[in-house]
Amino acid sequence: MSAKLAISRPGEGAAGKTGTWRTFRPVVDRVKCNDCGLCRLYCPDAAISVDLEIDLEYCKGCGICAEECPKKAIIMERDED
Amino acid sequence: MLTFGTGNKAVAMAVRDAKPVVVAAYPITPQTEIVEELANFVTAGSMAARYIPVESEHSSMAACIGAAATGVRTFTATSSHGLVYMCEMLHMSAGARLPIVMANANRALGPGWNIGAEHSDSISMRDTGWLQVYVSTVQEAYDATLMAFRIAEHTDVLLPVMINLDGFLLTHITQTFETVEPGDFLPPTATPHAIDIKNPGGYGTLTPGNTHFTFRRDMERGMRASIAVIEETEADFARRFGREYHLYEEYRCEDADVVIIAMGTLGKEMEVAVDILRDEGIAAGAIRMRWFRPFIVPDLDGKEVVVIDRDYSFGYGGVLAGELQAKSGCKPFSVIAGLGGQEVTYDDIVEFVRIRKPGTEHWFGVVD
Repeated sequence: MSAKLAISRPGEGAAGKTGTWRTFRPVVDRVKCNDCGLCRLYCPDAAISVDLEIDLEYCKGCGICAEECPKKAIIMERDED
Repeated sequence: MLTFGTGNKAVAMAVRDAKPVVVAAYPITPQTEIVEELANFVTAGSMAARYIPVESEHSSMAACIGAAATGVRTFTATSSHGLVYMCEMLHMSAGARLPIVMANANRALGPGWNIGAEHSDSISMRDTGWLQVYVSTVQEAYDATLMAFRIAEHTDVLLPVMINLDGFLLTHITQTFETVEPGDFLPPTATPHAIDIKNPGGYGTLTPGNTHFTFRRDMERGMRASIAVIEETEADFARRFGREYHLYEEYRCEDADVVIIAMGTLGKEMEVAVDILRDEGIAAGAIRMRWFRPFIVPDLDGKEVVVIDRDYSFGYGGVLAGELQAKSGCKPFSVIAGLGGQEVTYDDIVEFVRIRKPGTEHWFGVVD
């Protein structure tokens, strides 16, 4: 049977591991964090898991999570790597 | 079970017997009774479906698309302005290969405002990828609705099906009809591309020019394969329930010199006209086209053809006459009659045959 409908499955982006693009990395202060999950919802690259772990292999360091965090629990630090 | 009711009620009872999981609908004259009956069935507990009242026809089809994408049986009904309002969603549902079933009460489009029977609404949805069947009796409305689910859901087809019944002339007339217990005549739905929440994906995503046509070609594969599926479904229906249907219905055509062709209730009325013409010594026959899409061309070799269109394509002509001419090479006498519920009697149809001039067009009741 030929394909009935175009269906795309999640996969690695064409640009590969975009974490290498990063200049600043998000660092989470787990004491201030109240697990609200806004950082995950706002992350444009879906690089934050439901458990609020940040996947640094794909995080481009845009800083939107830090900007949106209502507890100011995320700060952006220069990436030394 | 032998019962009686309107065309609308027959459609609603067939839907109840097909046991859909989701019905999403918006009322519109002259279809409203269908969705009212279905709402009653759900409220009374005689139908286990989820009934979603929506704010528009565009939304009713969108809701059916969402439900059908999960692989469940769905139904909606509409008419006229409601049908053309959901036009975008008709393309979306056929393009997504979702076997949605919908009843359309054929009704004219305004202005001038008119709620009478006319086929212009469904015929203007011709190229959406929906199968279209036109019925002529209350019994056929019931039977065709039941069969529509099996045809649409067949894995060789996977295209939506529209059952068309003439507004008021069929939706609101009462006849006796027999309901059936479909049993395994309707197998459970098995949509191969149904959403699987354990294997998430994007559905109907971007298809650039190097792939888009492959999906369109497959829609046409489904449409062509539907002819065999329709025949097989109608044959199995006849075996189980004793009522016979064909791709098109012929009446006294074997030795006919002139055949009258029409769809819907006019297609039944003209059988009386044929009997009158035969008594006058004119060897007339009638062909009632049931399926408009897929378009199945009857053998018209050596016969004069009179086509009655309850529709019109401005700047072109009667649509059924034009398509029959294009596909069969016949030179029909094209009669435009019954627009907006204009009354057309069998005596009028007899007169169409008497005044026929092959290759010309005649607007019933219009003096130019």
